[in-house]
Formats: sequence, C-alpha cells, structure tokens
Amino acid sequence: MIEIENKTAFEIVKAARSQEKVTAHELITGLFTDFFEIHGDRRYADDLAIIGGLATFEGQPVTVIATDKGTTPSEKQARHFGCPTPAGYHKALRLMQQAEKFQRPVIIFINTPGAYPGQEAEEKGQGLALATELLELSTLAVPIITIIYGEGGSGGALALACGDRVWMLENSIYSVLSPEGFATILWKDVKKVAQASEAMKLTPVELYKQGVIDGIIPENEHRESLYQAISATLSQEINNLKEMNKSELIAKRKARFRKF
Amino acid sequence: MQLFEQDNTLSNKHIKANKHQQAKIPKGTFKKCPKCQQDFFYKELGQYQTCPHCQYGFRISAQERLRWLAEDFEEWDADLKTDINPLDFPNYEEKLAKAQTATQLNESILTGCAIIEQQKCALGIMDPNFIMGSLGTVTGEKITRLFERATQEKLPVVLYTASGGARMQEGIFSLMQMAKISGAVSEHSAAGLLYIVVLTDPTTGGVTASFAMQGDLIIAEPHALIGFAGKRVIEQTMKQKIPENLQDAETLLQNGFIDAIIAREQQKEKLAWLLKFH
Repeated sequence: MIEIENKTAFEIVKAARSQEKVTAHELITGLFTDFFEIHGDRRYADDLAIIGGLATFEGQPVTVIATDKGTTPSEKQARHFGCPTPAGYHKALRLMQQAEKFQRPVIIFINTPGAYPGQEAEEKGQGLALATELLELSTLAVPIITIIYGEGGSGGALALACGDRVWMLENSIYSVLSPEGFATILWKDVKKVAQASEAMKLTPVELYKQGVIDGIIPENEHRESLYQAISATLSQEINNLKEMNKSELIAKRKARFRKF
Repeated sequence: MQLFEQDNTLSNKHIKANKHQQAKIPKGTFKKCPKCQQDFFYKELGQYQTCPHCQYGFRISAQERLRWLAEDFEEWDADLKTDINPLDFPNYEEKLAKAQTATQLNESILTGCAIIEQQKCALGIMDPNFIMGSLGTVTGEKITRLFERATQEKLPVVLYTASGGARMQEGIFSLMQMAKISGAVSEHSAAGLLYIVVLTDPTTGGVTASFAMQGDLIIAEPHALIGFAGKRVIEQTMKQKIPENLQDAETLLQNGFIDAIIAREQQKEKLAWLLKFH
C-alpha cells in the first residue's frame, strides 16, 4: 500500500469536488498520445457529460470513457455538472460493446455526482439505461478498468464501475448518496456534512479496507507524476487481466461483486 | 455549481421526496384513493386492496400479496440475518427488528418457490413496509440466491418490486447489491430462463436502476409510481414543476419502457399464462 496524505474524510470530499481537480480532458491528453473522440449514442443524442473514444496506451489500442463535469459555466451547464443522461450511458455501452468486438481493453474515468435526475432523463429511461449497463457489463468479454478521479456518486457511478478493477485517486469519494443527503437522514441537518463524511466511510482508504476498490493512486500538485502513477496502475492491471481467458475474466468479475 | 449546493443535493432531496410519496392505506370507513382522489367505502377495496374507480393498487405486505397470488409456497432463505451495521448507523438494529416484527419477514423481500395456477416458479415479493422496501445486503443476497437457485433448478423467476431504492444505512454495501444481483440475473438469462418483473407502487432509485428493469417481461400495476429520481429532486434540478404523471406506469407504457399494465385481480391468471407459454 502506498503512503498517502493523512486527511479527514471531509477534506477528501472537498478535494474531490475542488475546482483544481484534474479534468477528463487533462487525463486523456496526459495519458494518451493520441485520442480519437467518438460521439453519440446512435439513437437520439450525444451526451457531453460522457467523453468516449479510441486511444493508444503503451502501444496497444484501448477504448476510453470519461465522465466530464466541464470547467466553464457554459460547459458545466451543457454537461449537467457531470451527471450523465440515458444518452450518455447508451454511448458508454455502445463504445464498450465496440471494444469487445475489437478485443481492446476499456479504461473508464469517473467524476460524477450521479446520474442526471431530470424530466427528460426519466422520460428517456434513466433507470433502464443504468440497469442495462449493469446487466451487459457483467458479461462483456474484455478487461474493464475504472478509475474514480473525483466523485463517485451512487448508481450513476456504479454503472461505470462494475468491471474488473476499480481504483481511486487519493482525493476521491465513492458512496451510495452524498454526505449532504446522509446528514439530512441521520441528523435532519444538512450542515453536518463533515460528520456525515466521516460516518459514511466514503474515502479510498475505507473503501479499500472493505474490499470495494482494488487500490489507491496518490495525488499531488504535479500533474505529470499523477499521469505516471495512473499509467503504472493501468499498465499493471491490463497485463494482469489480459492473461485471463474470457470465461475466467467474467467469472472473476462476477465473484468480485458476489462477495458483498 | 448551484445544482449541487449543500442543501440541494440529489440524495438529500430524494429522501424527502420519498416521504411525500408514501401513500399508505387510509384509516376509517371512507377511503380516498391517493391517485384519482375519489372516495369509496372501505369494503370496496376488496381482497386485492385496489381502488374501485381507477384500479390503483394500495401498498400491501408481501404476505398479503402472496395470499391471492400463489396456491402453494415454500419460503427460501428466511433464516438469513443482517449481522452488519457497516456505518454504525444509530438505532439501525432496532429499526430492522421493528420492521421484522411488523412484516414477519427477515428482510424487505419474501422469496421462495411458488405454484401459480399450477405453474412452478421462483417468486420474490418486496415488502414496502420493510424500511420502504429498501435494498439491504440481505435483500440483495436473497434476490441473488433466488436467481441462482432458479438457474440451478431451471425455474422462471417472477419478481414483484416495491422499493424506495438503496438502503442508506448500509452505505456502499447497498450499492454493491445492484451489481451482485445483475450478475445473477445475467446467468439466469443466459440459461434461457424467463424473468418476469411486476413493478408495484413505488419502484424507484437503485431498484429501478437494476433488476426492476432487467426482466424479459416488465409488467406494472395501474398508476404505480416508477422512476429513477424522486419527483422533488427532479423539480429542483429543473427549477420547474414536472407533470404529475411523469412517473406513472401509464406514462412508462406510453414511452415504451414496460410491456403491459395489469390490475391485481388479473395478475394470477396472466402470469400463469405467460409462465405456461414459456
């Protein structure tokens, strides 16, 4: 286990949501020398909250999917603050099925408060979109590695974190609901968010102890060292997973969740 | 970032929204249907507990549903107990004990092997009276085992959903149930076996986002609330009122997400037909 900075859970929540947080675009350009973006769900829309495309990682083709919160106010608006709509999940699934056809690993980066809770999202079947992702990914026969780099909010994150490996950046969180929501239930007081953060065990260290994630990637202010650390993790995990045949890969993926 | 300000978060509002959606059976001689707002004499509810005007099915316990649904039933996994309180949630054990006493179930779902008009199936019925039918670890385990055993014994699965979604008190472990169950549904499906879901009022959150929407056939009860996000969450996201019927079974049917709406008194016959057909 790597040495990571000693922070309180609430400090990690704040760091996960910080404006300084590495963005999806930075991750993609920092990690891959080439990137061919693929748009659209081939049904009715292109959800900008999900970026997807093709890239080369250590000389091999991979499919990359990332949730994106955007940085400017208009970008944030267009991306629903990083909350994917059904079209976003359709796009992600389409790209993953394409990756399976061409036998390339899938690398997913997550930073989302959750699936978008809007009227149109309901009308277009948000529940079904997530349910389909969970069902299809349980048998998709290529390695799927997820890295949570900011917020991992509830079912909207799980639908992109149900593959073979899930890693988290040091300053990221993963939980069934927001600490604000939890504080409201537990103490009927949304202001007790710091206490809630502590109680929820949503930090990478706690989740690692519970066997929910496979490892933690250290973060500091130097982006280059972050990219190196992520690359090292991806390299190691892709090599491990590529050694397995398809049935072994899928059996192990099922077992990963069966234990809970 | 107005959308995700502290007092305006998704989950926070979702919880509030669910409380408002509770449509319990009213007390007294005259009842009012929470869906069509019409009054009726309590005896008109009948054994199916449905509104005589609009067929809305009032929220009923798993045992009550079982009484008219199956002629024979052998319960599975009734001895599984929740022995974790992963977040040390205050009074969680008491809450569970209270729900167990009230429903006579070990968790928010009743599972087992049933005979419905001579058709054998693996049957699961969620109970909205057990902590809002929320998805606890044992709930997830019972559903997973239901599918696993059905796969082994080559049985179709009929699953009645009624749930507010994830069990907040069990934190991330509740969320993991969605992936765990999906794995079992997928194996059952790969074996060529039939999975029928019946969505009842309410089916929301993480349950809608997983096994409720994974059936080969998805049936709903009239006017059942079915959705992912809570109504108040959506309204606060949209900053405007949303249509009253956005998450009604009838709207989902119109939008193409469910296969049929079937009132309670016809469910037994229709399910038996479908089971026999496959």
